[in-house]
Amino acid sequence: MNLSSFLIMRHEILLLAIALLLLVAEIFISKNKKGSIVHLAIFLFGIHTVIGFLPLGETSILFGGMFQTNNLIHFFKNVLNIGVFILLLQSADWIQEKIVEQEKGTEFFVLLFFSLLGMYFMISSGDFLMFYLGLELSTLPAAALAAYETSKRISSEAGIKLILSAALASGVSLFGISLLYATSGSIYFNEIIEVISLNNLTILGFILFFTGLSFKISLVPFHFWTADVYEGAPINVSSYLSVISKGAATFILMILLFTVFKSLMPVWENIVYVVALATMFIGNLFALRQQNMKRFLAFSSIAQAGFILLGLIAGDQLGTATVVYFVMIYIFSNLAAFGVVQAISLKTGKETMDDYNGLYRTNPNLSLIMMLALFSLAGIPPIAGFFGKIFLFTAAASKGYYLLVFLAVVNVTISLYYYLLVIRAMFIRQNENPIPYFKNKLYMRLGLLITVIGILVLGLYSPLYDYIYELSSVFN
Amino acid sequence: MIAGISIYEILTVTSILFFIGVYGFITRTNLISILMSVELILNASIINFVVINKYLYPDVFQGVFFSIFIIAVAAAETALAVAIIINLYRQISSVEVKDTEIMKY
Repeated sequence: MNLSSFLIMRHEILLLAIALLLLVAEIFISKNKKGSIVHLAIFLFGIHTVIGFLPLGETSILFGGMFQTNNLIHFFKNVLNIGVFILLLQSADWIQEKIVEQEKGTEFFVLLFFSLLGMYFMISSGDFLMFYLGLELSTLPAAALAAYETSKRISSEAGIKLILSAALASGVSLFGISLLYATSGSIYFNEIIEVISLNNLTILGFILFFTGLSFKISLVPFHFWTADVYEGAPINVSSYLSVISKGAATFILMILLFTVFKSLMPVWENIVYVVALATMFIGNLFALRQQNMKRFLAFSSIAQAGFILLGLIAGDQLGTATVVYFVMIYIFSNLAAFGVVQAISLKTGKETMDDYNGLYRTNPNLSLIMMLALFSLAGIPPIAGFFGKIFLFTAAASKGYYLLVFLAVVNVTISLYYYLLVIRAMFIRQNENPIPYFKNKLYMRLGLLITVIGILVLGLYSPLYDYIYELSSVFN
Repeated sequence: MIAGISIYEILTVTSILFFIGVYGFITRTNLISILMSVELILNASIINFVVINKYLYPDVFQGVFFSIFIIAVAAAETALAVAIIINLYRQISSVEVKDTEIMKY
């Protein structure tokens, strides 16, 4: 253990330091200046995000194999950092206006950062113990955040639904891990890879384990908590759950499927095939009938998770690259959509689709950002989402899953309908008393601006995809 | 090792415990009972880890360590869940599942 090995896990150490520093700063900030903790947190996290981009030496393993990292994992941590940074910018106003007066400002950041820390450990875990601890560290603060508005009933309801579902999921997952331990005699990934083979107990263990992770990614049939939690939780927490949490869980699922469970591929191909179809269809069909924007985005995010599985099923370098690329685009698009919903909800408290009627006449900028985000989610060229989807479909088609790709395209068409419903409400429908014009504060505008730049640049700047493809060579 | 008892009997017991937990999670109508069902599932995994370690791979204590971590994390999880339940109870004076369904479909 020397200095260079600490540099390898600088993401984790820096973030832990920031979280602890904020806790200490809370003591020293005088009572009438509590709002300044927001500036401090955003500033520190901005520095952390920038430092994260410094290049990593080489692939390395720490703590006797419990912690591993390589350039792809490092890159994905940076993607998560950018997502959380945008999220912080978007939630700054909400915290200053609603939360600081209840004297809960610092805890929000500390819980958020610890949850992110859990995700770092989860995606760079080298054994199942580290994976489990990371999973729990990322889930428990998220549940506390979902129940953060303690005076609101639906917030508590969202919290209890999230924590009970998550506890069940991790319990089922653990039972699966124990069966995998029984067959392979180790909890380290690289030792399991050598001895894992197709037998019934391993398959049972794998399926239970997959169930646990499916809860986190909210794949059908484990999606029931999603809509309720997203609706009840504060909007930026919903945004966090749908973007960062889902992205990290997808990434670790991909790593495990492509490395540890590689020899079980004949089994998990079928599982992923069925789950992908069910997720896309149920997510899209339920999204059709939603009126509340948060529930609408929840079902839309379920459907998007189904599309991501198309990249997983390919199971090679192309699959890895497309999944990472799509998750990146999805992070920017969904953050933009949630950001607009949050801005409107903060100023007016309105969250249903009918309230958005005639939004373009009063708030053209917000409407355009929302349109861009929804077009990106729907996959309309030349916006980033189109390329993300087409690469995913290419990855699945390259393995001969033509029927699956065809049904996915059908689903894209269905999804286009309900995304256009929102756009019709904003641009075409008339409204007697539309949402009045308002100007966002600096942080919110900055947060929305970065997402817009991200959506446009990711679609048009192709070297980025080549870069990800190059990094993905570690998993094949 | 327990004399006269093979691993099959213990794994049968833990499997039954696991499915009792899952059944309880689905059917109970009280939030605290649901939490207890989750604990049953976790306990089944803990016993599994210890038993598999002891019977099959007695050289390295990976399973035993794992079980200690599970106990600690389960305690944190329960504490948080109970805190949220208490907060909910303050507002609706009930811990029944049927009272926590204002958001549906």
